[in-house]
Amino acid sequence: MSAEKTLNLTLKVWRQKNAASEGGFETYAAPGVSTDMSFLEMLDVVNEGLITQGAEPIAFDHDCREGICGTCSMVINGRPHGPKERTTACQLHVRSFKDGDTISIEPWRAKAFPVRKDLVVDRSAFDRIIAAGGFISAPTGSAQDANALPIPKENADLAMDAAACIGCGACVAVCPNASAMLFVSAKISQLALLPQGQPERYIRVRDMVAQMDAEEFGSCTNHGECETACPKGISLENIARMNRDYLKASLIYRPKVATGGAG
Amino acid sequence: MQTGAGFFGSSIGKKIVMAITGILLVGFVTVHMIGNLQLYLPAHEGVYALDTYGEFLRTLLHGSGIWIARATLLTAAILHIWAAWGLTLMNRAARPVAYQNQAYVASTFASRWMRVSGVVVLIFIIVHLLHLTVGNLLPGFEQGKVFHNVVTGFQVPWVSAFYILAMVFFATHLHHGIWSMLQTLGLSHPRYNGLRHGLATLLTIVVIGGNISFPIAVLTGFVR
Amino acid sequence: MELKSNIPDGPLEKKWEKYRNDMKLVNPANKRKYKIIVVGSGLAGASAAASMAELGYEVECFCYQDSPRRAHSIAAQGGINAAKNYHNDGDSVFRLFYDTVKGGDFRAREANVHRLAEVSVNIIDQCVAQGVPFAREYGGLLDNRSFGGAQVSRTFYARGQTGQQLLLGAYQALERQIGLGKVKMHTRHEMQELILVDGVAKGIVTRDMLTGEIESHLAHAVCLATGGYAPVFFLSTNAMGCNTTAIWRAYKKGAAFANPCYTQIHPTCIPVTGDHQSKLTLMSESLRNDGRVWVPKKPGDKRAPKDIPEDERDYYLERKYPSYGNLAPRDIASRAAKEACDNGLGVGETGRGVYLDFADSIKRLGQPAIEEKYGNLFEMYERITDENPYKVPMRIYPAAHYTMGGLWVDYNLMSTIPGLFVMGEANFSDHGANRLGASALMQGLADGYFVAPYTVGNYLAGVKSGPVVAADHAAVKAAETAVKERIDKLMAIKGKKTPTHFHRELGKIMWEHCGMARTEAGLKKALELIPKLREEFWSDLLVSGTGDELNQSLERAGRVADFFELGELMCLDALERRESCGGHFREESQTPDGEAQRDDANFCHVAAWEYKGEGQVPERHVEPLAFESVHLATRSYK
Ligand SMILES: Cc1cc2nc3c(=O)[nH]c(=O)nc-3n(C[C@H](O)[C@H](O)[C@H](O)COP(=O)(O)OP(=O)(O)OC[C@H]3O[C@@H](n4cnc5c(N)ncnc54)[C@H](O)[C@@H]3O)c2cc1C
Ligand code: HEM
Ligand code: HEM
Ligand code: SF4
Ligand code: F3S
Ligand code: FES
Repeated sequence: MSAEKTLNLTLKVWRQKNAASEGGFETYAAPGVSTDMSFLEMLDVVNEGLITQGAEPIAFDHDCREGICGTCSMVINGRPHGPKERTTACQLHVRSFKDGDTISIEPWRAKAFPVRKDLVVDRSAFDRIIAAGGFISAPTGSAQDANALPIPKENADLAMDAAACIGCGACVAVCPNASAMLFVSAKISQLALLPQGQPERYIRVRDMVAQMDAEEFGSCTNHGECETACPKGISLENIARMNRDYLKASLIYRPKVATGGAG
Repeated sequence: MQTGAGFFGSSIGKKIVMAITGILLVGFVTVHMIGNLQLYLPAHEGVYALDTYGEFLRTLLHGSGIWIARATLLTAAILHIWAAWGLTLMNRAARPVAYQNQAYVASTFASRWMRVSGVVVLIFIIVHLLHLTVGNLLPGFEQGKVFHNVVTGFQVPWVSAFYILAMVFFATHLHHGIWSMLQTLGLSHPRYNGLRHGLATLLTIVVIGGNISFPIAVLTGFVR
Repeated sequence: MELKSNIPDGPLEKKWEKYRNDMKLVNPANKRKYKIIVVGSGLAGASAAASMAELGYEVECFCYQDSPRRAHSIAAQGGINAAKNYHNDGDSVFRLFYDTVKGGDFRAREANVHRLAEVSVNIIDQCVAQGVPFAREYGGLLDNRSFGGAQVSRTFYARGQTGQQLLLGAYQALERQIGLGKVKMHTRHEMQELILVDGVAKGIVTRDMLTGEIESHLAHAVCLATGGYAPVFFLSTNAMGCNTTAIWRAYKKGAAFANPCYTQIHPTCIPVTGDHQSKLTLMSESLRNDGRVWVPKKPGDKRAPKDIPEDERDYYLERKYPSYGNLAPRDIASRAAKEACDNGLGVGETGRGVYLDFADSIKRLGQPAIEEKYGNLFEMYERITDENPYKVPMRIYPAAHYTMGGLWVDYNLMSTIPGLFVMGEANFSDHGANRLGASALMQGLADGYFVAPYTVGNYLAGVKSGPVVAADHAAVKAAETAVKERIDKLMAIKGKKTPTHFHRELGKIMWEHCGMARTEAGLKKALELIPKLREEFWSDLLVSGTGDELNQSLERAGRVADFFELGELMCLDALERRESCGGHFREESQTPDGEAQRDDANFCHVAAWEYKGEGQVPERHVEPLAFESVHLATRSYK
């Protein structure tokens, strides 16, 4: 049984009023926090204290608090989502720390993820990458019977592995180059592994990579940090697969030709 | 939308350029090291194997062979550096505000110091060319007497020290580079990933080990 | 107010087909002259926005998260039902229809549920075409499992992430339309008000959560797909941001609110550990297939579970429901756990928990078998509780999970306000008084992909295209002003207590008196306590910062303010419904052996509430439910 214990922690938190202003670290005491609390609950408690003192609470993104929505995003002691493997910040518990610890908390840092306030960043670049090609064009109602297309279980499983990405952006946050390749390659892989994804396979990889570059993410130099920080264990193999597809796409590329007329 | 320039302009395109030029460069240094092993072969009728080898290279395809090789190497090196430069700018720009606190788990010294080790290698190559190809680094250089040039060169302690130090940097560049280029070219499969690391380590040890052995052999008087 | 369900004539299984053939169509060239607002980007909202944009309408979509992909649909684990009968085990559209009506304790509309069962098969086809990686068998065909006590295997799933994968499919379709310029997405925008022009829905007022800007958006039709309101209980399995604000604003503008008291309490959640707790985590129901639920026989027995001998344990579900045992339906299992804890038999530090013990299964099947089946769930449990469920039994307790109530809609999914459509968990839905597992995802996608695109078009065919109304129309300005005033009012209180404090207090009242079991006295008490607390809220609230910036404490305050009003309506509805049905258990209405007792003679109807103004008691309307294809039966799980 987990006998309830309490810890005294010190937090060094990045505070930044808005996108335009400069930020800096502030130090807060978090005395007597229960080890049963999640990390975000600990921040809640600190915030409640700040509000009642008339100060502004620390703004941070969060929603599901069960590790699936990908909203929570903070670099804890130099690691996105904190020190625990395969664990989002919302699933991290205070018991992962020791009494007396000083914990630093920073936002995701990347040009493509501008800070909006405190720990809140703008990750809409990810959405634009998906909009550029991260889909299968299957208009509603046009589908054939789901079992008309058997898919080898192995491929379905690999596609599922890649599809587990929650779009949190930790891979970008941890990458020394602020590269988004793990995220982008996960989506490209998921769709490239499935027969439904074949018709658009090469257009997709070209368009998504072009958008990724336009968003000013860095490039991958194979540091491999992303894989270790990813809360869903998305594998580097996906980046290799994307590179392969990109090379092939570039070799077979033909410019789009306008066909047909009005009507 | 995508043109040829798109490929070279894109992050992955540049990476692929680095990887393909990387293969050429790795291939060269491997072969070069093997060729240089002839330093250890005994002289045959007063002619050193290394000198014969040098002669062979210079006269290959009536003398055009070496120029084809030089042109290829130079192009590869320029493209490699051009791509490295482009990616470095891109990556710097991608994180304008640095972390106050960042803890790495997977990346290595080698992977994070690629640019530095690359530049060291570039400096090494320049010095190396001045030393053994152009011949104006040290007095006593004799065109065509490759064995003599190498041995007298390495007998100067700072020259040997420079070579050895450069090779340490080069080792890190190679080790990460070989693994990285396989990944960039999409050669990744869980079954063979161990092999990929093994290959990188083995090749690095062989190439760097061989290269470092030369100045040491000379310094210790094993080869004289 | 008249509740016209607009159910088409004809035999049950032909209604939808015939109705679709009779619908008016909008000329393809004219579709782009119509604008549709979709609030919400969950399964219902994203699928509707994408489908309607594909048809050619101009769509604007809103969500409060930073990306449409983060709607709470993403959290669904278990699966989605569809009457595919791929396993040849006798499933059919009728059987799915029947199970859903019965599971809902005969409080849902037959025609809607039948339509739901019909389109369920198309949903799976659609999702597979989009690349949703459903689980497959070695032959390459789709795998199914049985779920929520169903007798057939009709649940499709994608590991423990069915909701995520379905949502990503819909999100990708939505992003595709955004890329094509057919949908304009507004993330971090919270709907704060509905705009009515001459009694017809014509737009919404939103607050930009980054800048605080109040904006109006006008359209020919407004669709709300804003999800459920379980966080009225403070602690629930829902996301922190789930709220009632959008539908509550619509209610106050004249949309009837149906069956607000129908809430589902899920039996297998991780118990509360302390006052700091912000939300509860669901453990998949599938655990009950192999876990045995028990409590000590002796109240206050604080021994470690392994030290309690077999004959001092009460496997109460197996004892009370010998045929279903640990697999008794959600509402029954939840109530039984509450009863045990109320009797002082609860385990854990708070005494609010029961054991879910895998020791026997591990002994019988071996740990590897259990690991393979539930490995990820066990891992999640250990991550949260720091206890190893292979060694010590899990502790579980019920938690608020799903709200069957919502805005009343007719067969077209249109509310009592013309032009206002409601989809997904936000409407009063097809689940009656209790939702079966794996049916909410089905309903959200049915509404969004296959129902709303038709019925909204049918509505628009009768609406003039082109400009909606002038941006400075009096109704638009009035709505904007109302929003601003409300925010100013919240900011101006400058009291001493935080929004979270009030939310927690409200949650306690709701959980205590309007939770798993409800009594007349308790509900009446709640109806006294809530207004008192609300008064305190409006006089002692403290919101930090200002209204024109990213301000999470203001966001919270606005939502809590609406929960107060909703909570009161829930209690009122629960009080008036003097029967037990599905998730609504009135202690006064039970069989001698403690089972829920429906009162079909008096309550076989939908109760829909009409807002009557500030401080007025809302008016209760009823829509009688007629059952023509099924017989009203008593649910029994003995
Ligand atoms: C933990 C959990 C597990 C579940 N498991 C299952 C399962 O296995 N099978 C099953 O069938 N069902 C399951 N359910 C139920 C099911 O997930 C939900 O009922 C369903 O996904 C709701 O979808 P929705 O589109 O109606 O709403 P949501 O997905 O909640 O989306 C609501 C949308 O509305 C937006 N929104 C809300 N308020 C506002 C506002 N004021 N302004 C602007 N935007 C707003 C949000 O941003 C969001 O985009 C589960 C639910 C939970 C909580
Ligand atoms: C200690 C190890 C090394 C030794 C002993 C060595 C020796 C030599 C010698 C003797 C030559 C002249 C050959 C000739 O003129 O016939 C030469 C040329 C050259 N070496 Fe090396 N080398 C070493 C390492 C390297 C490394 C690591 C690189 C590359 C990174 C390199 C790149 C070159 C190049 C580019 C040339 C010029 C080839 C040409 O003539 O175009 N060498 N080396
Ligand atoms: C001349 C100076 C050089 C510079 C500035 C330089 C720089 C770089 C940089 C920045 C990278 C990218 C790092 C990464 O992808 O992880 C790289 C990769 C690489 N370099 Fe160099 N390098 C130089 C010379 C060389 C030489 C001489 C060789 C050959 C022996 C070489 C072989 C490689 C290889 C194989 C890669 C991996 C390519 C890939 O990742 O796909 N480099 N180099
Ligand atoms: S790849 Fe992993 S770290 Fe990156 S966004 Fe997806 S889940 Fe997050
Ligand atoms: S950490 Fe960055 S460098 Fe590549 S392998 Fe991952 S994206
Ligand atoms: S809050 Fe949803 S993943 Fe952390």
